[in-house]
Amino acid sequence: METYADLIECEDVLLFANAAITSTGQREFHSAAGEQRLSLAFLHDYIHGNYPDLYAATLALDINDHNAALIIANLLKRGAGLPGAGDARLIAWRLARMSPPRVYRLFQELRRAGVNNRRTRAIIRDWLAARPDLAFDAVKYRSALKSAVRHAHLRPEGELGDFLFAPFRRARYEAPLLEAWRRAHYDKNALYELPYTVAEGFAARHGISRAVFLERVAPRLTKLERLRLTGAAERDGVRTEADLAAMPLVRLASYVLSLAPDVRARRRAELVAALRAAAARAAGARAGTWGDVAAVLDDSFSSFGSPVKRRRPLAVALACHYLLRALAGSYRGLWLSGRSDPLQARPTGPTPLGRRIIDALEGRPSLLVIVSDGWDNAPPGLAGEVLRVWRRKLDPAGEVGIVHLNPVYDAEQIEVRRLATVVPTAGIRDAEDLPALVELARFAEGRTGLAELRAYLEDRAARR
Amino acid sequence: MTGELIDFGGLETRPAQTWGALRLVPLVRRDPIEDLRLHAKVYGDEASLVLLPDRTLYTAYVPHAFVASWTGDGTPAAAYGTQLGQPLRHVPVRVRRRMARRVEPGRLRFLPLHLALEGFLALHFGGPEIAWQEWSRQAVAHGLSPRAEDAYTGAEVRGLDDALKVFEIYPGQCGLLLYAGDTLASAFVVPHPEDYRALHPTLIRDLYGELIYEYALYHPARDFPAVIDESAVTSPADLRAEAERHEREWAGFHDSVMAAGLLRAPARVEQVYRMGRFTLSRFLPSFERKSENHLGETITDGEGRLAYLKTFRLSEAQSRRGHLLSALAAHGWSLPATAATLRIGVPMLAARLERAGFGQLLRQDVMDAFRKQLNERTRRTRRGGAASPPA
Repeated sequence: METYADLIECEDVLLFANAAITSTGQREFHSAAGEQRLSLAFLHDYIHGNYPDLYAATLALDINDHNAALIIANLLKRGAGLPGAGDARLIAWRLARMSPPRVYRLFQELRRAGVNNRRTRAIIRDWLAARPDLAFDAVKYRSALKSAVRHAHLRPEGELGDFLFAPFRRARYEAPLLEAWRRAHYDKNALYELPYTVAEGFAARHGISRAVFLERVAPRLTKLERLRLTGAAERDGVRTEADLAAMPLVRLASYVLSLAPDVRARRRAELVAALRAAAARAAGARAGTWGDVAAVLDDSFSSFGSPVKRRRPLAVALACHYLLRALAGSYRGLWLSGRSDPLQARPTGPTPLGRRIIDALEGRPSLLVIVSDGWDNAPPGLAGEVLRVWRRKLDPAGEVGIVHLNPVYDAEQIEVRRLATVVPTAGIRDAEDLPALVELARFAEGRTGLAELRAYLEDRAARR
Repeated sequence: MTGELIDFGGLETRPAQTWGALRLVPLVRRDPIEDLRLHAKVYGDEASLVLLPDRTLYTAYVPHAFVASWTGDGTPAAAYGTQLGQPLRHVPVRVRRRMARRVEPGRLRFLPLHLALEGFLALHFGGPEIAWQEWSRQAVAHGLSPRAEDAYTGAEVRGLDDALKVFEIYPGQCGLLLYAGDTLASAFVVPHPEDYRALHPTLIRDLYGELIYEYALYHPARDFPAVIDESAVTSPADLRAEAERHEREWAGFHDSVMAAGLLRAPARVEQVYRMGRFTLSRFLPSFERKSENHLGETITDGEGRLAYLKTFRLSEAQSRRGHLLSALAAHGWSLPATAATLRIGVPMLAARLERAGFGQLLRQDVMDAFRKQLNERTRRTRRGGAASPPA
C-alpha cells in the first residue's frame, strides 16, 4: 500500500540520487561553484537527517566520487552505534573504487574536522592495507599518506616509517622505488624510475629540458597522463602513444571536443574509430538489442559548461550519441543546432528542444532519449508542452518510451532540471551508466513504488 | 523636422530569454548587410574627454568608440574593412591622439551613445538666443554647461552581467532588445551577425538610464511559456503547427505591444553624416511625459532600412527636463510665452525650471522675486480660509 509519505520518500531519494550523480560542487553554466556547494550541502543534510539508512545505501548507486566522499565523511562524522552503522562494508567497497588522491583528500578532511573515532581509524587502516604497493603511495602521495598514517595511529613497518618521518636517517633503502627517490636527489637518471608527477619536480630541480624529460618519462605515464599530455608533448616532438580506444567514453569525447575543428577533420578516421570502440566496449553484450532509438542531443551554448568543466555537457551528449548508436538496432541522432556531423559538435546557439523533439517523435521510435541541461528557451516551455500533449493525446499507451538525461545539477531548483512531469528525468555523469539510468528512470515515472525502490537499492548494495 | 518610423524591415523577432529582472529579445536577420561593418575599439574604463565642434568640454563615460568600415560598391566588407570615405570632421574626435593614430585612416569612428546623449543635452545648448532680461549672464554666455546627465554603466545594472553571459546567441542574430522589468531599456542592432557576436559582451559597458538601474533591482521577469491547445492536435504535424503558431504569436505580441514605444515615430531626426548609401542620424523623442522616451542613433541604408541602431531610455525626470527645454526653445526662450503654452504662471514655470535643476539659468534677483510672488499667493489663498490648492 502506497502512502503519501512513501511517495515523497521515493521522490526525495531519486532527487538526491540525481543530484549526487551530476553535481561536483564546481561552477556550472548557470550557477557558481558556491551556489552548487551550498545547494548540495543542504541536500546531503536533508537526506542524511530524514532517511539515514537510505543515505548510506545511495553509495551503491553510480554516484560521483565527490558526493561519495561527502556521504562517507558525513557517515563517519556521525560515529558508530547509531542506526545505519552496518554500512562499513559499503564504505570500504566505495573507497576501493575511488581514485587514491580523492581518498587521501577525504582522509585529510576527516583529520581537519577532528573525526577520529574507532570506525574511522579502522577504515583508514583497512584501506591502506589493501593498497597494492604502499611504497608507491609513499612516494607519490607522500604528505597525504603521512597525514593518514598519523591520523589513524598506525605504525608502518620497516623502512616505510623511516621514509615518511625521517627520510634521511637511512643511507639506503631496500625497496627499489624508495631507493630511486633517495637517489633522484642527486642522480639525474634515477628520477625516470619515479611516477611522473614526482619525477617532474626532480626534473625541474636538475634543470632537465622538457623535451628530453618527456621522451624518457613516457613509459612511466599513466593512461590519463598520457592523454592529457598528448597535445603538449607533440609540440615538443614527443609521441606519448595514448591509446584512445581504451579511454572511458566521456573522457574520450571531452578529448575529441578539445581539439580544433581542422584537427578533428584531419584525424577523423582515428577519432571515430576510437569513439566507436569505446562505445562498443561500454555497450558490451547489450549491443544492438535496443531496437529503434532516437536521441535529441543538446549542443546549445549552455552545453559549454564552465571553464572548470569545459564542454562537459556536450561531451556527455557526444558520448551518448555513440553509445546509443552501439546499443540500438536502428538509431537517429538529432542535434539541436541541426548539425549532422557529431564529430564537429560545437556549443553554440539557442535551445529549441521542443521542435527537435517533434522531429524525433515523428519517426515513432521505440525509445527517445533526450540529453540536455533542460534550459529550454526557444521558445521556453515548448518541450514540456510537446511531451505532455504527446503522452496525453498522441501516444496515451506509452508505446514510445521517453527518457530525459540531464548532465547538469541546477543549484537553484535543488535538482536536475526537468522538462515535463510526464517524462522521467535522470542525472547522468558517465555515458556508461546510461543503461542503468534508463532502468532507474522507471521509478521516477511513478509506476513503481517505494518498496521496489528500496529493494532495488538493497539489491545493488548487496551485490557490492 | 519630424522623422519617419524606424524601419525594422529584414529583422525577425525570436523567443526571449529571461534572467532575473531582465528579458533579452534577439533579432535575427535573414540577409545580413555585407557592405557596412562595425568594429569596437574598447578604450578602457576611464572617462575620456571628447572635443566637440563648438569647443565646449564635455565629460562623460565613453567605454568604447566604434569604427565603421564600409564599401560603396557593394562588395562584402570585413570588420577590418577596405578604405573609403573621409574621416568625419564634425563628429567628435578623441583627444587621445596616440590611440587615434593607431586606427587606420579612412574609417569613420563615432562614439555610439555619446552622439545621441550629446544631442539631447545640446538640444538648445547655445542657450537663449534672445537675451531676455530674466536669464542670467552665465546662461546667455555659456549655455547649459556643464552638460551632464546621469547614466549607469551596464556593470552597475544588477544581473545584466549574468544575463549577457548565459544568453544563447542565435545563428544570424543581428540585434538585441533589452527589457528590465518589462520596460524597454535599450535596443541594439548591427548590420552583420559577426559584428553582433563581437559586440555582445560590450553591452555590459554601455550606458543605461537610472530607470533601468532601478527596475533591474525590483521587478522579476517571467517567461512567456509555450502553451499548446491539446484539442487541436491529432498528429505530429499539428504539434509542429501549434509550435509555429506560438512563435508567431510571441513575435507579433512583442512587436506590437512590448516594443511599441520604440517603433513609434521619433519626434525629431537629425542627419549627422552620409557615407555612400548609408546615413548616420540621431533621433530625439517627443518628451511626452508618462510615456517611453528613447533617444538614439541609427544608420540606415538607401531605402531607409535599419542597419545600425542604439537607443537610450530616458527616465521620467530626464523626460521632464527635455520637455521643459523643448518648450522653451519652441518659444525663443521667452518665459511668458512658454508659460502661456504650458498654461501656468511665469513664477510657476520658474519654480519648475528650478526643480528640474535649471535654477542657475535665471538671474538670482528674478528668481527671488518669482519665489516671493509664489509664496505670497499661496499665503493669501490660505488666509481667506479656502482650502490649499490641489497638489
